[in-house]
Amino acid sequence: MRLDPRIFQVFVKAGLWLLTGFTLLILVFIIVTISIKGLPQVTPSFLLQEPHDMGRTGGIFSTIVATAYITLLAILLASPLGVGSAIYLTEYTREGWITRIIRFGAECLAGVPSIILGLFGFVLFVMKLGFGWSILSGGLSLAIMLLPIIIRTSEEAIKAVPPEYRLVCFSLGLSKWQTITRIVLPCALPGITTGIMLSVGRSLGETAVLLFTAGAALRTPVSLFDSGRTMAVHFYILAREGISMPNAYGTAAILMISILLINVVAYSLMQRLMKRYT
Amino acid sequence: MKKEAFIERVLLFLALSSISTLLLITVFIFLEGLPLMAHVGLKKFLLSSHWAPTKGHFGILAMIISSILVTLGAMVLGVPLGLACAIVLAEFSPEKVKTLLKPTLELLAGIPSVVYGFLGVVWLVPLIRNHLGGPGLSLLAGAIILGIMILPTIISISIDALSAVPDLYRDGSIALGATEWQTVRRVVLPAARSGIITAIILGMGRAVGETMAVIMVAGNALKIPHSILDPVRTLTSNIALELAYASGRHREALFATGIVLFVIIVILNLTATFITRRR
Amino acid sequence: MFVLGCGRSPKKALVICVAGSTSVQPYAEKLAEEYMRRHKEVRIDIQGGGSSAGVYAAKQGAADLGASSRELVETERDLLEIPIAYDGIAIIVNWRNPLENLSLPQIRLIYQGKITDWAELGLPPHPIHLITREEGSGTRNAFEELVMGKEAEITAAALVQDSNGAVREIVANDPYALGYISMGLVEPRVRAVAVDGVLPTRENVKNRNYKLVRRFLLVARELKPGPCQDFVNFILSPQGQGLLEAEGLVGVVD
Repeated sequence: MRLDPRIFQVFVKAGLWLLTGFTLLILVFIIVTISIKGLPQVTPSFLLQEPHDMGRTGGIFSTIVATAYITLLAILLASPLGVGSAIYLTEYTREGWITRIIRFGAECLAGVPSIILGLFGFVLFVMKLGFGWSILSGGLSLAIMLLPIIIRTSEEAIKAVPPEYRLVCFSLGLSKWQTITRIVLPCALPGITTGIMLSVGRSLGETAVLLFTAGAALRTPVSLFDSGRTMAVHFYILAREGISMPNAYGTAAILMISILLINVVAYSLMQRLMKRYT
Repeated sequence: MKKEAFIERVLLFLALSSISTLLLITVFIFLEGLPLMAHVGLKKFLLSSHWAPTKGHFGILAMIISSILVTLGAMVLGVPLGLACAIVLAEFSPEKVKTLLKPTLELLAGIPSVVYGFLGVVWLVPLIRNHLGGPGLSLLAGAIILGIMILPTIISISIDALSAVPDLYRDGSIALGATEWQTVRRVVLPAARSGIITAIILGMGRAVGETMAVIMVAGNALKIPHSILDPVRTLTSNIALELAYASGRHREALFATGIVLFVIIVILNLTATFITRRR
Repeated sequence: MFVLGCGRSPKKALVICVAGSTSVQPYAEKLAEEYMRRHKEVRIDIQGGGSSAGVYAAKQGAADLGASSRELVETERDLLEIPIAYDGIAIIVNWRNPLENLSLPQIRLIYQGKITDWAELGLPPHPIHLITREEGSGTRNAFEELVMGKEAEITAAALVQDSNGAVREIVANDPYALGYISMGLVEPRVRAVAVDGVLPTRENVKNRNYKLVRRFLLVARELKPGPCQDFVNFILSPQGQGLLEAEGLVGVVD
């Protein structure tokens, strides 16, 4: 007795919708919990005060500064390196086994567990090179983590530019570099920007690398060699040691809002760039 | 013309710098870790479950097994749920729902892993402890939290893969009299196969590499687990717990653990490349 | 323009980096806050990581001062050792657990994995959820020295957490858990059991009735005159010691 496929389909769809609903419930639960418990904490004084008493009282100003500092350093290091490499790999070399190996290498390193980069950064930057727990150590380690991501996304963006564009440029007498700066890069800019924004998002959430390289100092870092804890690290310590649940949730809420903001900015930036150049 | 050559040099320099940075890490890890593997013997390193680094015992079997089990558990949870979600969102739901949900998924993918871990400690661990037994900090908790963490990754990449299948295929199938589900099962899914498998492998890579969330919920005991309610310590957790004070052979052992993890990631990536190539 | 951090530069050393024991950390933070209030040009960064990490960092020069809650071992003896306080290790259970006293041999057997059920201690039957610290922890090392002795080892089945606070959180939320933390971190959600009839109070630590006592040490490669030396002097001064005593520790300067 074979079941009519149309009836069978009803069961299957119902099952799939159930699973989907269950999944979305879990995911929404996470956002809602953080919002409900954390948003009340997000006041201007929370954002502008320094933490006191191991983070039990006060705000998270120093962590915001540290996060911005480290992320900025990492992006400033990784972007030119990454985008430049991507340009070279796509425009100046021919597709061959070398480029494929390099791409595979970048893919692998993008997948390396972040704790290994933390180990590497700790041994090399903090200890061997003597930078100590610092913004510098953290930024360098984070830059290494972001480099493969930026290379990969930039490469894809540049490759997506139709080859006809380049041919037209050459036939008009433009040099290679002029082609790149006037046509290829602007076209690829939305994709490249997305990649960089993605990296910023990852930096915000990164704990394993930064805990062991930038350390966990509570005060606002001033110089490159000062230690500082990012919001994610601060959240980890607050939550784990039960120092202050409200502050932990507040930090999580701010992280979530930051990521939301970055996504929104990235999206609108991409829209605007696409409109301008395509 | 000179300017062109100069710019090419600069870009070459940048590319070489990138490559050498990436190489540096790989070489560093291997240089630091291989001596220990040689000293202890690869077999003993991988197959002994006695890890007491301060006393000279470097067997990581318990942690390898824990990492594998936790990842498998995460896949068991994450893949069916993720795929179901992706299919429903890509095939059976209106455009509006899709545009609403994609950014939500990206938001969730961006939430730090420590937040997932924390919510796991506050909500999941007591649930397991009160209703299933054990301390709650367990293999099960680790697998569930990891499974939830990789959901956004699996869902969004799978949605992309499913959306990339041309509508032509679907229309043709419906025209031949198939139901929607039959179309999905026999036409769309096979067509999107390589993308979906990539999603799964990327999810697996993320699960293997996750550290902080696992430290928070898995218990970190050094034994090979006998039940899913037993506390476990993964390879990544072990590195995190010991890296700050390890020196000498102990530190080399941590790098050697790093080599093992690196090899696992390379194998996963190779598999993904191989599968997408065959398409 | 850049102030080289952590005192590694001989030129400017207005930053002091203290790293190590999670037991010492909250007290070091308090001392640092007070010291920085009085000396606004100095900046003190406190890192955690555990006693072994702190000693290692001090040895390598990554930290100016290492904080340790255990005694130094042979290979570390070449470091300068500065005791700053006495602290007790409290054996804690959940506030709902009626247990009031354990003997030292009992604690050893529990941590060896030979006593595994609360029934063996006269309570309703349930497996004991045992918690210990990571191997690099000073608290763990001190605990091993004071309780386990040379022969007995902590069972591999015990849950491991990487800070005092984390151990306390778990015990506070699990009615069947048992762990050990620094005495100063005990709060109403966890109960410190008496060891051989003696409760871990400041008094009992001071008069050595409570047996699980260890020293808090600051270690350094050397103590050159400057902010580091000043900070250490402050800690050992009546104000510094008074601050520590107010927080529940026992001072070293009597």
